[in-house]
Amino acid sequence: MLFALTANCQSKMVSIKGGTYIPLYGRDSLKVTVTDFQMDVYPVTNAEFLEFINKNPKWKRSNIKRLFADKNYLIDWKSDTELGNNQSLHAPITDISWFVANDYCGCQGKRLPTIDEWEYVAMANENLPDARKLKTYNEQILGWYEKPKTFNNEIGSTFKNYWNVYDLHGLVWEWTLDFNSVLVSGESRKDVDTDNSLFCGSAAIGATDLMNYAAFMRYAIRGSLKAKYSMRNLGFRCVKDNSQ
Amino acid sequence: MKNLKSALILILTLLLVVSCKNDKASMASNDLTIYQCPMNCEADKTYKELGSCPVCKMDLKPIQKSTKELSNNEISDESIFNLTSNWNTEEGKTIQLEDLKGKTLVMVMIYTTCKAACPRLVADMRNIETQIPKSNLKNLKLVLVSIDPEIDTPERLKNFAKENFMDEEHWTFLQGTVSGVREFANVLAVKYKEISPMDFSHSNIITVFNSGGEIMHQQEGLGVDNKETIKTILELTN
Repeated sequence: MLFALTANCQSKMVSIKGGTYIPLYGRDSLKVTVTDFQMDVYPVTNAEFLEFINKNPKWKRSNIKRLFADKNYLIDWKSDTELGNNQSLHAPITDISWFVANDYCGCQGKRLPTIDEWEYVAMANENLPDARKLKTYNEQILGWYEKPKTFNNEIGSTFKNYWNVYDLHGLVWEWTLDFNSVLVSGESRKDVDTDNSLFCGSAAIGATDLMNYAAFMRYAIRGSLKAKYSMRNLGFRCVKDNSQ
Repeated sequence: MKNLKSALILILTLLLVVSCKNDKASMASNDLTIYQCPMNCEADKTYKELGSCPVCKMDLKPIQKSTKELSNNEISDESIFNLTSNWNTEEGKTIQLEDLKGKTLVMVMIYTTCKAACPRLVADMRNIETQIPKSNLKNLKLVLVSIDPEIDTPERLKNFAKENFMDEEHWTFLQGTVSGVREFANVLAVKYKEISPMDFSHSNIITVFNSGGEIMHQQEGLGVDNKETIKTILELTN
C-alpha cells in the first residue's frame, strides 16, 4: 500500500512559474531570473534510489569508483542492495555524492536544480511564494536546523509549500547542479576582502541579506562541499526544463 | 553495535581485496622489470637486466612505475580517465580524456575572454613549462580546459594558443560541453560561477596528474611558489 503510494509520488512533478528575485548571493546585477520549470514534489527516497542502483550497478557501493564518491558513500547500508536497519524505504536517500545524484536525474531525463532554482522555490512558505521577510519563516527553518536526525523521517512529513512542493526545509539538505559555484574560501571572514589571488571576480559575491541566516547556512554548506562527498543529511531531488 | 560490525567486515573485505591487488602488482613487477639509461643515450632502448649504459656508463635505472601502469592498460578508481565526456582540442579533434593517457598532465581551467586571473594563470603555466627540461617535456602535456565552452570554440582556443606562444606539441586546449565541464571541475574541486556573459569567477588551481590520470598535486592561488608543483612534475616525467 505504502509502496504504491511512493511509486505514484516517484515521478510526480509540479510546475514552477519562473520569476525574478534577489538571492542571498547574487551576480553582478543582484537580481536572478528563473524561467518556468518542473520540480519533483519530494526528495528522492531510499526505495527509488535502490531501484536505480539495481538498474545501474556501477553505482553500487562496492562498484563505485573513488573518483565519484568518498568512503562514506551509502555507508549505513547493510550491503550493496540492502538498506540499514533503521532506514525507511520512504525516507530521503542520503550519503550519496553529487556524481551519482547528477546521473540519477540524467537517467530520468531530468537534471539537478540550479542553486537559483532551488532557492527560488524554497523561499516560499505555505501561502506565499516569497516568505523570506516573515519572522516565522526563518524561525521555522532554523528550528529544523536544531532538530537531530530528521533524515530518518519520511518524505512528505513536512509542509507543502506555495508551489505544492514538500520537504525543501525540515528533512535533508539537497544537492544542486552548480553547488560548486559558491566561492567561499576556508575562512568566511576572508570573503569580505576580495581575495583576488584565490578567486578572480570574487568582489561580485557578498551577502545581500545578512538577516537571512538560514540561507547563509545553506550557501556555506554548498561552498564547503566537494562533489565526491557523501553526507548523512544531504539528499537531492530533480527538476526538468519545460521544453523537455 | 551492528553498524560497527558491518563496518569492520567491510574494512576486512576491503583489506583482502587490496592485498590481493598488491600481490598481483608485485608479481608483475618481479617478472617484468625493464631498465633504461637514465640519460636516454640510446633513445628508448630498454634492457631486461641491471647494468650500465654503454654510452654514458651510468647505471641503468628501472623504468618508472608510471610507464608500467601504461602497459597493463587499466585505469584506477581515482583516475580522471573514468570521465567519459567528449572534448574538442584546439586542432579540432574530438577526444576523451583517456586519449591523454601515458603522459604526465598539468591541467588548469581558464577562459579566453578572462581579464583578471587567467592571464596570470596562463603565466603560471608558462613559468612551469620553462622550468621543465626538454627531455622531460616530451613526457608532459600541459592542458588548458575552458570553463566557457560556449564562447571558447576550437578556433578561438587555437588563436589564444598562438597569441600566448602555447602552440607547441606539449600544449593542449580543450572545449567540452556545459555538463562535461561541470563534471570535470567537480573532479578537480574547481569552483566557478558565471557572473555575466563572458565573465566568470573561478578558483585558480593547477593540478598535476600522473600518466594514469590520478591527481598527484594541486597548487592553489596565483603567482604562488611552484616549487612543489615542479618537483612533482620532475619526479613523474623523469
